[in-house]
Amino acid sequence: MSKPVTALGGASDATGIATVTEMGPMGMITLRGDLSVKAVTKAAVAAGGVTMPDQRMCNTEGAGGIAWMSPDELLIMCDYEHVHAKLADLQGKLAKEHALAVNVSDARAVFRVSGPHTREVIAKLAPVDMHPGSFTPGMFRRTRFAQVAAAFWMVDDQTAQIICFRSVAQYLFNTLNMAAQDGSLVGHFSKA
Amino acid sequence: MSTRLANKGRLVDTSKPLSFTFNGKNLRGYAGDTLASALLANDQMLMGRSFKYHRPRGVVASGAEEPNALVNLGREGRFEPNQRVTTTSLFDGLEATSQNHWPSLEFDVGAVNARLSKFLPAGFYYKTFMYPRAFWKHVYEPVIRHSAGLGKAPKARDVDTYEHFYAFCDVLVVGGGVAGLQAALTAGRSGARVILLEQTDHWGGRAPVDGGQINGGTVDAYIAETLDALRSMDNVELRLRTMGAGVYDHGYALGYEQLSDHAPGTPGPRHRLWRIRAAQIITATGAIERPLSFAGNDIPGVMLASAVRDYVVNYGVSVGDRTVVVTNNDNAYLTAIALKHAGLDVPVILDARVLPEDLGLVAQAKALGIRVMMGHAIASVKGGKRVTGVTVCAQAGEGAVLEEIPCDAVAMSGGWSPVVHLWSHCGGKLRWDTAHACFSPDADNPPKGADGMGFVTAAGAASGMFALDDVLNDAHVAAEGVVTCLDMKLPKDVAAPKAERREESPLAPVWMMPQGAPAKLREKAWLDYQNDVKVSDVRLAAQEGFVSVEHAKRYTTLGMATDQGKLSNINGLATLAGALDAEIPAVGTTTFRPPYHPISLASIAGEAKNDIFQPIRRTPMHDWHEANGAEFEPVGQWRRPYAFKRGMESTHDAVMREVKNTREKLGLLDASTLGKLIVKGPDAGKFLDMMYTNMMSTLKVGKCRYGLMCSENGFLIDDGVVARIDEDTWLCHTTTGGAESIHAHMEEWLQTEWWDWKVYVANVTEQYAQVAVVGPNARKALEKLGGMDVSKEALGFMEWVDGTLGGFPVRVYRISFSGELSYEIAVDASHGQAFWDALMAVGADLGAMPYGTECLHILRAEKGFIMIGDETDGTVIPQDLGLNWAISKKKEDYLGKRAQERSHMTDPSRWKLVGLETTDRSTLPDGAYAVAEGTNENGQRNMIGRVTSTYHSPTLDRGVAMGLVLNGPDRMGEVLTFPGTDGKEYQAKIVNPVFYDPDGEKQNV
Repeated sequence: MSKPVTALGGASDATGIATVTEMGPMGMITLRGDLSVKAVTKAAVAAGGVTMPDQRMCNTEGAGGIAWMSPDELLIMCDYEHVHAKLADLQGKLAKEHALAVNVSDARAVFRVSGPHTREVIAKLAPVDMHPGSFTPGMFRRTRFAQVAAAFWMVDDQTAQIICFRSVAQYLFNTLNMAAQDGSLVGHFSKA
Repeated sequence: MSTRLANKGRLVDTSKPLSFTFNGKNLRGYAGDTLASALLANDQMLMGRSFKYHRPRGVVASGAEEPNALVNLGREGRFEPNQRVTTTSLFDGLEATSQNHWPSLEFDVGAVNARLSKFLPAGFYYKTFMYPRAFWKHVYEPVIRHSAGLGKAPKARDVDTYEHFYAFCDVLVVGGGVAGLQAALTAGRSGARVILLEQTDHWGGRAPVDGGQINGGTVDAYIAETLDALRSMDNVELRLRTMGAGVYDHGYALGYEQLSDHAPGTPGPRHRLWRIRAAQIITATGAIERPLSFAGNDIPGVMLASAVRDYVVNYGVSVGDRTVVVTNNDNAYLTAIALKHAGLDVPVILDARVLPEDLGLVAQAKALGIRVMMGHAIASVKGGKRVTGVTVCAQAGEGAVLEEIPCDAVAMSGGWSPVVHLWSHCGGKLRWDTAHACFSPDADNPPKGADGMGFVTAAGAASGMFALDDVLNDAHVAAEGVVTCLDMKLPKDVAAPKAERREESPLAPVWMMPQGAPAKLREKAWLDYQNDVKVSDVRLAAQEGFVSVEHAKRYTTLGMATDQGKLSNINGLATLAGALDAEIPAVGTTTFRPPYHPISLASIAGEAKNDIFQPIRRTPMHDWHEANGAEFEPVGQWRRPYAFKRGMESTHDAVMREVKNTREKLGLLDASTLGKLIVKGPDAGKFLDMMYTNMMSTLKVGKCRYGLMCSENGFLIDDGVVARIDEDTWLCHTTTGGAESIHAHMEEWLQTEWWDWKVYVANVTEQYAQVAVVGPNARKALEKLGGMDVSKEALGFMEWVDGTLGGFPVRVYRISFSGELSYEIAVDASHGQAFWDALMAVGADLGAMPYGTECLHILRAEKGFIMIGDETDGTVIPQDLGLNWAISKKKEDYLGKRAQERSHMTDPSRWKLVGLETTDRSTLPDGAYAVAEGTNENGQRNMIGRVTSTYHSPTLDRGVAMGLVLNGPDRMGEVLTFPGTDGKEYQAKIVNPVFYDPDGEKQNV
């Protein structure tokens, strides 16, 4: 078996007002099911290694985590190496439930934007209120970045983690770097 | 002449001289100048030519309302036409050229139109160029287009970048004059998140020019204090050079920030479009002075009184040595007084009013020794490219000249109109303010949000408050109201500042000067400077029956130029009202639409240009394709290899080689783009039976079935191979372009119609790289990779199996879209390139070559396989394509079933799919129609069929085609005629669409 290759091979650009880095590969499982059923959330918590997040939130710890995607969908995160085992375990636990769990680790690209101006870079592309008082670490948004669908959260106050489809990784990388271009500081969230 | 005064202006920094050019002439200005003030300082009064008559035109205003002084700015990658000199900040090296003239600004051939103006009234073009009809397109329009038009379209690529910015706030304040500053201060003190936008590069608006005292100090001191207070608040954002461009539903507003127009080449974006969501919006957008309608009011040197004052006070520029002031209100007296204080001559103030006593500014002007003629007016302005004097008459009369006064500038004021644009964009209503003769926001009818409550409040002059004390108080009250709406509280000690009040006499509305002006004067009295609309044109429109203001606007083009009638609208509709003997409010205004002032198209596009103009989807093997001669074609947002060219080979030759090689040896296709949807649940079988025309619930685990999908109207929308994964799970392949739309289609039915069915769908398209391994050597290649049994016995045609190939965990589908022995192999995308490399390595001895989409098309067309989008176009049902075998007769229902039973769908005369074989082996032109005898009711030849797919088949060495033909399947062997667009007629015989291996022996080995 070959070594897994991400869409951009871990590309990184730190020339602008924020650093943009491709992460991964990362393990990701889409789980669809009735989130009010205990067996479903219990299996999710076991796979993600964190507690269940509230609506529009995510809980992460190391490579593990769970993000709330919709009233009947969760995104479970783990090490890429463990995804097949985790998926099999999850499917086993949910064999008796009406639920769908699939591996989407390779269907995605993951980016980190970091630095003191991360919020401004995001606010140029995603229609989200990025004010530090409005969007805090732990919140999770499914939204768009310019012309592509994406989801993201703040890992800490200066770092955002963004998930998009693998096929548009190059587009999002280039677009994030354009939004972070030198001389484009807005000074909206912190007075310049 | 116009020149720089010794007493420098308050905005210019004379320690920083700048040089610039106008029509190639080197000129000098200072930091803080606008291009307008710098041109005037260099005695360049003539700045352009009007649109229709090519009249010489100078600057009229000092702000965004300027209609005349538009120039071409910059060069090459930074060239931009129609830039207002009044809103263009001067910078070192600025290059401007004037527009709409030939051969030069001073001598313009097009000005002959002005001599012909009697023959070019409103509606002239509509009336004159009606007949003969064909002449419009080929003769009239090209000539008119050549002679009209302002700036030139840029030819070079824009070298700058642009961006958007999403901002959210409680209160958006538009306008950084004293009203906006005060509103922001009051709102900011409540703790609300406030954004304050100012269009120009300085705070305070025109209040410092007009003077007065606030809280016992100067206006400038008040502005400085307020700014200090605002800057100390973390909840307030202040933004200069950012215009509030538009107000939309749900508190959405656009701000247009010009970051480097005043410093081209600065790193970073040139413009930033602020996309703001505000809970409440305060429009403190000020007011615009109105011109007066008198003969010759467009001659360079006739300007708004406020603009003359601005140039003197802000920029230290005098427009002329002798300025006649003409007015119907007190405000213009400020100009006379400012000119006098600057040491300039004001020979007379012509005041259309007759006042009982001299109050305030009138008394002040008289005390300065300025001659004031009450009840007098301008009969006409003398001069051509520059004012040389005015003739004076009684306002009440018909223009009998009483006196001629030499002068080189005229400062006019017809009163002030609040800038109600942003208030009106989203439905705010207006009321007629009789005292000030203007439309003001009707506070009882604001633009309303989803909750039925107003979300816009006008403040200061924009709400019809003109005295400084009223402006400040109104702004404070507006902000208080907004804070209350937001359920926030102000600290107790906050109060509006107090300003000193001036005694003032009321304005007298004047819409024509003199009041009884005869036709001779009316046709020289301009309303819309840019589009050359005069008082006489609006009267003509009324006379010809254009009584609605919207109709009159379009007939005369009043207010339709790039300034959108900021100066002309109120005067125009007052003139229309006069001609109709109607009240002004009964005539109403035209519609105010965003943007308030032109914004760049590039700012709307934002970051979307060059490599990120739109997302291009790339498969895991995209880079390999690029490095190996792929010529790409767009398929949805994907780029798929059309063919892989080798060396100097032509694209056609590459395609022919790929087809032959795949049929004879081994072809590899990157099929990763095909949609892959997982459908799972106890009701999944039932659900898929509804989605597909075929029966999917009976498919056995481990088997594959080709399926068709129709819309509710019965038309084919997608096709693909469905695999049964386990008891509850199916995997549905879709077309490349259909992955997202079919996923949405499934979700829509599950969420809206069959919400109680237990089915989940997931789109896993991009999880897998998928490679089609096609050709006689396909099995050998997989066996060389090793790891699983791919023999006919272990993996039959239309079966799938999970296993390992060359160490890669794979899912292998034995399906064929080519008619050859074929496997489609799915591998996790992160291993896609490695798997492709492994296949190329083992295939080297087996003649492996990659192939592209054109080869794929030829392979399938030789086999008579349909392609969604070629054989279908949204009007084709499966029965048209002879796909009845794929329509289950056992099922009670499926999407499209009932539609396909409608009479039109079962009509035997629907065109049906057949193969087409040219009699001379040539290739039919794509999309060609088959013709029959006679003509239809439109005089066109009768048509009985059309080509849907056509290719040269290297396998058969002839053209092969498919088409839809009337009664086609019953006419086998008939020869049809297809006229081409190349003048030739093609003859083709109707045949079975399966040209190659009709018994399917090759794919089933």
